[in-house]
Amino acid sequence: MVEITDVVCSLCGCVCDDIVVEVEDNKVTKVKKGACSVGKSKLMGHGRIESPAIRDNGTLKNCSYDDAIKKAAEILAAARRPLLYGWSSTVCEADKVGVELAEEIGAVIDNTASVCHGPSVLAIQDVGLPSCTLGQVKNRADLVIYWGANPAAAHANHMKRYSYISKGYWTEEGKKNKKLVVVDVRRTATAKMADVFLQIEQGKDYLVFSALRAMLLGYEDVVPEEVGGISKKDLLETVRMMKEAKFGMIFFGMGATHTRGRHNNVVNAIQTTRAAHTHTKFSIMPMRGHYNVAGINQVCTWETGFPFAVDLSRGYAWYNPGETSSTDLLVRRECDAALFIATDPGAHFPGESIRHLSKIPVIQIDPFPNPTTEFADVVIPCAISGVEAEGNVYRMDNIPIRLRKLVDTEYMADEEIMKGILEEVRAIKEKEGE
Amino acid sequence: MVEGELLIRNGVVYDPINGVNGEKKDISIRDGKVVEEVTNPKVIDAEGRVVMPGGVDIHSHIAGGKVNAGRLFRPEDGRKGRETKTKVCRAQSGYSVPNTFATGYRYAKMGYTFVMEAAMPPLAARHTHEEMVDIPILDNAAMPLIDNNWMTMEYVKSGDTDLLAAYIAWMIKATKGYGVKVVNPGGTEAWAWAKNCDINDAVPYFDVTPAEIVKGLAEATEKFEMPHSIHVHGNMLGHPGNFETTLATYDLVKGIKPYRNRPTMHATHTQFHSYGGTSWRDFESKAGAIADYVNKNEHLSIDLGSIILGDTTTMTADGPMEYSLYQITGRKWTNHDVELETGSGITPFLYSGKSPVNTIQWAIGQELALLVKDPWKLALTTDHPNAGPFIGYPIIISMLMSKRRRDESAEDMHKVIFDRAEYSSIDREYDLNEIAIITRGMAAKTLGLHEHGKGHLGVGADGDVAIYDISPEERDAGKIQKAFLNTKYTIKGGEVVVKDGEVVATPAGRTIFVTPECDDKLTEEMMVKLKDKFDHYYSVTFNNYPVQDAYLPNPYEIKAPWRS
Repeated sequence: MVEITDVVCSLCGCVCDDIVVEVEDNKVTKVKKGACSVGKSKLMGHGRIESPAIRDNGTLKNCSYDDAIKKAAEILAAARRPLLYGWSSTVCEADKVGVELAEEIGAVIDNTASVCHGPSVLAIQDVGLPSCTLGQVKNRADLVIYWGANPAAAHANHMKRYSYISKGYWTEEGKKNKKLVVVDVRRTATAKMADVFLQIEQGKDYLVFSALRAMLLGYEDVVPEEVGGISKKDLLETVRMMKEAKFGMIFFGMGATHTRGRHNNVVNAIQTTRAAHTHTKFSIMPMRGHYNVAGINQVCTWETGFPFAVDLSRGYAWYNPGETSSTDLLVRRECDAALFIATDPGAHFPGESIRHLSKIPVIQIDPFPNPTTEFADVVIPCAISGVEAEGNVYRMDNIPIRLRKLVDTEYMADEEIMKGILEEVRAIKEKEGE
Repeated sequence: MVEGELLIRNGVVYDPINGVNGEKKDISIRDGKVVEEVTNPKVIDAEGRVVMPGGVDIHSHIAGGKVNAGRLFRPEDGRKGRETKTKVCRAQSGYSVPNTFATGYRYAKMGYTFVMEAAMPPLAARHTHEEMVDIPILDNAAMPLIDNNWMTMEYVKSGDTDLLAAYIAWMIKATKGYGVKVVNPGGTEAWAWAKNCDINDAVPYFDVTPAEIVKGLAEATEKFEMPHSIHVHGNMLGHPGNFETTLATYDLVKGIKPYRNRPTMHATHTQFHSYGGTSWRDFESKAGAIADYVNKNEHLSIDLGSIILGDTTTMTADGPMEYSLYQITGRKWTNHDVELETGSGITPFLYSGKSPVNTIQWAIGQELALLVKDPWKLALTTDHPNAGPFIGYPIIISMLMSKRRRDESAEDMHKVIFDRAEYSSIDREYDLNEIAIITRGMAAKTLGLHEHGKGHLGVGADGDVAIYDISPEERDAGKIQKAFLNTKYTIKGGEVVVKDGEVVATPAGRTIFVTPECDDKLTEEMMVKLKDKFDHYYSVTFNNYPVQDAYLPNPYEIKAPWRS
């Protein structure tokens, strides 16, 4: 038995890095400390795709890695409008090969932000993002606001490691030094812990942000007696707390980005943060979901100039979400082949997109079987990053951390698979060129 | 580096480090290094053209968190520099915040082969390195920000310079960095509470002043045989009347003895620190006062931070400064404070010749170059992209070389240039030797890289050569500008990477890093304090913090022993 410390979790955007595990016979046998229950389950491992496979007459037939990679390359090299999607639950090293492949075949490369914090990216491109690292929150924040986010369920260690419950330099007594405000449409597990819970009406985020912002900027007279289900008195009390805080922090989730108003909600949230910043220190951060969704946005940006929905069919990067984002491409039935890595569109994309996917060749790279496996034509299993493969990832606050390899595996790592496909594609193109 | 021989024949060589000033001379390269002679070389005929060592940029923001945050929030900038992928080159985007590939290609086209990334937040050092690896052709290095750091401030307060030295040694090693970077010392920590500091203000909670931080870090740095001095962006950047703070900052390190014959402080983007007046209304140039100080003192080097007119993306670890700028423009603003260490801010900015303030800023950058008598004391920079993108360097070169061009430009600017700046009264014109000094020789020497093959063409130097398509007699400012934007040839490590202004090869560059060697006992004592910081305050563990070797596929190490 070997004990491994400082293990980095490859589940959610928290990227907890103080986990201790025991490894015996090349298997993680125990997660001793640091991980939440979901992270623990990932580290311990569960059902895997056993072999590379190619669909033949409707049935997946096992094959070698070489054959699967060759088949994937043939599909992509022949495609006129290929889509390469996913990238958020793998490491940056694989993402980089993905961008190179997209350039090589003139593909659209898109990542899960497209259907997740894409609206936040659009908002940031409009107004910027006054933010900070999670350690700043831990050490300084005396007011934490979760808006449309339920970390108690979705980012289980977030409050303990970084925010409301954590202890830091100016927050030695943890939550005794802090106030928690939760804004949500329902009384979530996080809301139950809050000092102030603002249960807003569905779809009224924009209005409530506007009311708070007006008050922060000194225009409380224009705010009516009730906004989005919240009384003016409660709004004023929230604003008082914001002004009196020494360091305020807003974390927002899908509840703000995927309700009426979308990216406009986030623009307003950021502008509310800026309004609060005229009184005291205030910052804001999106609660990124996958452990490396921030990372693919980073890689895609430094390599192409743009964070997601990047169309390379012209030979240079063309970025126009709504036109070049995955679900839009699929709904328009534009794509004639798709590669999905470290993601499950089968479970997350709209039905119309899936209908189109069922008609075109689909390649899947993933450690685990999921609904996408059911219609994928080439299935390539991979090593689990953070358990069987190492690599760089970016936490939700864009801090880069290196995933550790804990056990050996015969599965190929995402990076190797991607490199294999790229090489094969180049070989095919060279042959065609001759 | 490529194997084989190369001969650059009949060029007119400017190699100021070796005292070569416009001599017709052959350059021989074997296996990537300059040698006495070659026997069976590939020959490049540089007949009558200007030949210089590869350019060395002492200060530029090309990689890392804030550069990428700049790209991410400015898709409108990304659209500006689009170029289609070629057989050799990856797809390019961006003007003031180009993608990593464009960064490498465009620098190489200007004849540059080394660029110093000027600000690496230690906690995000892996990010800086990931991007540097993706910048083709260029060798590079990065300076970690160590001034708003809690460990630094605590040791400065207790006066434990040796322990501070042990800490900066650990930090430079942990980040695979090059030296000590200082950005608004104390002010960025204060910014974590939305405050700022001037040079003698106490930093909130830490009870030290920026002045003490700068002095402490300079003393600690000189405990080692560090190739480069502390690299300082002082307090009050961009504020009218800041030249007094600037001069006071310079004075702080006057008595400190450097380990070798180099300055004890490199003061960066001096244009932003040379402001007179009490507000934007009576804003004026104090380049004269700053240049006067630089002329009279030997302990200091500077770089320009010269303005390029047009739109750009400003970014710095000076969080409060970016906030001030955003308040002026009302444009978008990103901020990213980093726990226990530093911060950063980013906002777009337009430098307009119609604006009196921008006009004076434009004048100051060039005045500094023209008023500092000894070009070995200054380097050409635009603090890319803060005062403008690096591809504007040839504009500044042409201005410095041509009084006529400066006069023409002044006519197009706000008339304030004639009243509140010395610009139009200065007749000096740079010659090519002086240009070679401020674009390679000085930077290489100040960074200590001349001892590692950069910035010169002596035997043993790296085979990094720029051949510009002009004759040494050329006086036409437009032709000079054009020649310095796109070389006839750029050679990196003996390999032709640019030919006739086109990138023809994209070898990977090296990451140069410094290893300060500290006494084990001191390190051990320092470690107790450091581990406490990780146990209680950092959000990343001690063991996951240092940059792993995997991030430097082409490393080049410079050892910096403890001075006995």
